[in-house]
Order: sequence, then structure tokens, then C-alpha cells
Amino acid sequence: MNEACFKNLTKDQCYSLKTYEASGGYSVWRKILKGELTPEHIIDELKASGLRGRGGAGFPTGLKWSFMPRHSDGQKYVVCNSDEGEPGTCKDRDILRFNPHAVIEGMAIGGFVMNASVGYNYIRGEFMEPFYRFEDALKEAYEAELLGQNINKSSVNFDLYTHLGAGSYICGEETALLESIEGKKGHPRFKPPFPANVGLFGKPTTINNTESFASVPEILSRGGQWFADIGVENSGGCKLFSVSGHVKSPANFEVPMGTPFKDLLKMAGGMRDGAKLKAVIPGGSSTPVLTAEVAMTMTMDYDGIEKAGSMLGAGSVIIMDESTCMVKVLTRLAHFYYDESCGQCTPCREGTGWLYRILKRMIDGNGKQCDIDLLLGVQGKIMGNTICALGDAAATPVESFLRNFRPEFEYYIEYGKSMVKG
Amino acid sequence: MISIDAKKQIDAWIAKYPKDRKSSAVMQALKIVQAENENNLSADTIQAVADYLDMPGIAAQEVATFYENYNHKKVGKHVIRFCHNISCMLNGADDLIAHLENKLGVQTGKVTPNGFISVKKVECLGACVGAPMFQINDDYFENLTADKIDQIVDNLK
Repeated sequence: MNEACFKNLTKDQCYSLKTYEASGGYSVWRKILKGELTPEHIIDELKASGLRGRGGAGFPTGLKWSFMPRHSDGQKYVVCNSDEGEPGTCKDRDILRFNPHAVIEGMAIGGFVMNASVGYNYIRGEFMEPFYRFEDALKEAYEAELLGQNINKSSVNFDLYTHLGAGSYICGEETALLESIEGKKGHPRFKPPFPANVGLFGKPTTINNTESFASVPEILSRGGQWFADIGVENSGGCKLFSVSGHVKSPANFEVPMGTPFKDLLKMAGGMRDGAKLKAVIPGGSSTPVLTAEVAMTMTMDYDGIEKAGSMLGAGSVIIMDESTCMVKVLTRLAHFYYDESCGQCTPCREGTGWLYRILKRMIDGNGKQCDIDLLLGVQGKIMGNTICALGDAAATPVESFLRNFRPEFEYYIEYGKSMVKG
Repeated sequence: MISIDAKKQIDAWIAKYPKDRKSSAVMQALKIVQAENENNLSADTIQAVADYLDMPGIAAQEVATFYENYNHKKVGKHVIRFCHNISCMLNGADDLIAHLENKLGVQTGKVTPNGFISVKKVECLGACVGAPMFQINDDYFENLTADKIDQIVDNLK
């Protein structure tokens, strides 16, 4: 437990440069400054580590970094996505608060590998405490001559800045995030071109999640194989899981990939008040909901969760006990996507409104039995028909809630009240 | 329209972006100006920000209306932003929001008559393991109970 991003969690002033350096922090970056590491070596180690993008998509980080045209002329950028806002997800906030230097070092290493001399860390607008913590860490790093131009006469340049959001879930989508840094509405871009070719300010750009960047220094200092061995096949290393909902001790846990779900549940103190587990959303609100029976046999890794019928996403585990009304939960999620749809694509802009309004009338006691088919019809029309993944993210829960808990919806429509409690 | 102090703060943001990309600072510029104008943005202040950043007024207006953190009508000195999304909901946020509404005598979306506090229901604030939670201005308050809310609100100055 706590092997990478949370390594220093229990130490005094875990966020300070002093604590970070005392535990080997910036040793990889200093090697780079001394010319002892090559970009190729770093990419090989990352590939060997099995690190996959921690923001939700799970794309192999080493491969992503190798896509950047590092030898092309002109400015290139590395961007960190700290626009955390998927319901259930709150791990990047803790990385920024408790280990900001790992993010800085990871981004600097990324800058070196991809020949990008400027980086931006996009922090969501509400995260003011993490923002100040990160800014303080940046100041420390500049003062220690770890960032800047011709750092320590190494001819390596890396300047790092924070960009603050202003309240928008969609800006966590990487191309919307780039638009946002450019001072525009967060409307996702068509792909291709991909950011590696045309990204921030039209220049080649690589965007990684906060946890991905923060994992890089530890991987390189202890070796890709070390990280891979912590996890299981196809899911290298350890990963932060945010366990929230009806558990005794909700918290973020950094555990090896492949940890059985039931062990993770135990770490979070088990079910609150001895209640019975009913349902689990394993990877954040956009991932399919699972029944207790399925969840209890699942392991927490990409393949394990996929086998159970869902996705690892950002590792945001939402636990629901038997007192939970699934109609109410789905209505709340539908409201979220309705609220956060950027409005660019018709299927999502209109469809999320339809989903929410149908569910709302159900909750208000005015549902009709044909509403279930209507919901499925609308979600099917959103799925796959939008520029970005928010459309799919809005549609996915609807399908999985209805598949796993359909009788609850039928009961609600029939009697105008919840099957679970009054 | 934009104070010297605000201009100084905005300039610090402009310096982070390439020289011909001043408009990248618009999100923070709007926040800075909003903070100076009773937590509110008027059409005139948005235009002033656009002028300062050499960008079309409509582009600044788009940003000001797209993102949630900007206010276009009167809000309280203290804005309580209560998360009502899934993890907070599972932990009783709805009852606590009702408790807060009762205590203040205002509905969410409204301002107390003395202009001191306004309450808003918001989507996930990314502190799900500390649910239920709300944000007052820049600060997060987690693991809320009715008693804790009373205490926090009574201590607002």
C-alpha cells in the first residue's frame, strides 16, 4: 500500500520539497539534468511498467509519450489534467495537496522526453487549496533551481505554470481542456488531428492525468519492472481508489492493481451500520453499475472490472447499501450530465435533457411504463453519436441501471414511490 | 473599471501564456474582476476585461456564461455551494440542504435578505470521500452534520 503517489502521505509536511527530496524525490530529474538519461530509455521503462492513463481512458502512458514528434521544430507542450470532477472521483485533489512535487517532477520528465519546454497544470477552479499548495511547490522548485531556463547550466529548459478552471466538468475532456487554456468555452475538438500533432495553441501537446504524472518519478527511480510486478497482467503498478458512499471510513487508497474488491471494501471499514451491500459503481459515475454479487467477486484492475461488466475509469468506487433507491441515484446522475453537457452536439445536448426529464417525472410519481423503453431509446441515440465521450458517459449509467435494477423502475412507475423506502 | 490592483493580478496570469495569447488569461481575469464587484459580473465589466485582453467582447461573454463560477445576478457575501451529487446524496446531503435552507430562511439559489449568504446546489466538487460537503467561497468543509453546519454558518463574519 501507498507505494507511489501516496508514498509520503504519513510524513510530516509531506507536501514540502524537503520531505520529497529526503525520500529520493527529484533524483530522476537531477539525472536528466546531468545528461545521464535518454528519452528512449525513459519511454522503454514506462512501457515496461505497464502504467496506463489514470484519468479514466487507461491508454498506455509510455506509448502516448512515444507519439510526440519530439524532433519537430517549434514549441511543444505538456499538460496535466487536474480538472477532477467525475462524481465519485477525488484522488487528484489529494495528490496535489499531499505530493505536489511528484506531479512537478513527472511533468518535467515528460517535458524532457517530449522535448516540450513549457507545461501547464490545469486545476479545476474550485480546488483553491490544492492550487495554493501546488503554487507553493512550484515556487520551491524554482528556488531550488529545478525549473526554468538552462536549469543548472544543463541546457534543459522547463517552465511550468498553473491554469485554473472556472467550473466545468467537460474541461476534463482533454481537447476541451486545451480550448479552456486558450481562454475559450470548453467545447471538445474533433479528432483527428490528435493533440500530439495539433494541441495547445496549435502545437504538439501531450495531456496526462495528475496521477499518471505523479507515478512517473517513482517508476523511473525504481524501474519499470518493479512497478509492473506490483500489479497484474495488463494493469501495471498500484492505483488510487476513491472509496465513497455507504462505507464506514471513506478514503483514498493506493493499492496494487488486482486487489480484490472485497479487500478494498474492508480497508474502507466495510459497510456502514452493518448494512448489506446492494450496488457498486466501480470507476466513477460514467461506468456501468454492478450488483453486489458481481462486485464481491471482482478484482480491481482493468481486466478484472471489465470481466465484471464495468470499467476501472478513474478508480472511483461508489458503494451503495440496500437502503439506496436506484431510481433516485440514476435521476441525480442524469441531472449531472444534463447540467454538464457543453451543448455542442445535438444528441448529447437534447438527449441528456430527455433522460433527466423522463426520470424526473418518474420520481415525481408521473412515470409511464413506456418510459423505460423511452429511456433506453434515448440513451441508444446518444451513444456513439457525439464528438466526445460525455455523451457515452451520460448514456452508460442508464443502460446499466435498467439492466441490473429494472424491477425498481417498474415499481416506481406503478406505485409512484420507491420500492426501497417511502 | 478594472482597478490597478486587479490589473496587476491579471498581468501575472497573462505572463504565463505566449505573448500573442493574452486571452488565455480571460478565465482568471473575470474571476479577479468579479471578486472586486461584489462577486458579480455585469455586461460592462465583461467588456472591460475583453478590452484589457484585446479580445472581442462576445468571446469574453461566452466564457463568462459557459463556466459555472461566474455570477450574473446578486449573490451573498458568502456563497455556500452545496454538493448534491451521488456520494454526498448517499450521505444525506438532501436533508442537510433542507436544514440549511430552514436555518437561513432562504431557498437554494437565493440570497438572505441582508445580502450576507446565498446557497447554491452544485454538482460534484471532487471531495467525495469527505461527503457530505460544501464550499464557502474558497474553502471546503467536509463530513458535514447539521450541528457542524450550524457552527460553520454561525461563525461566518
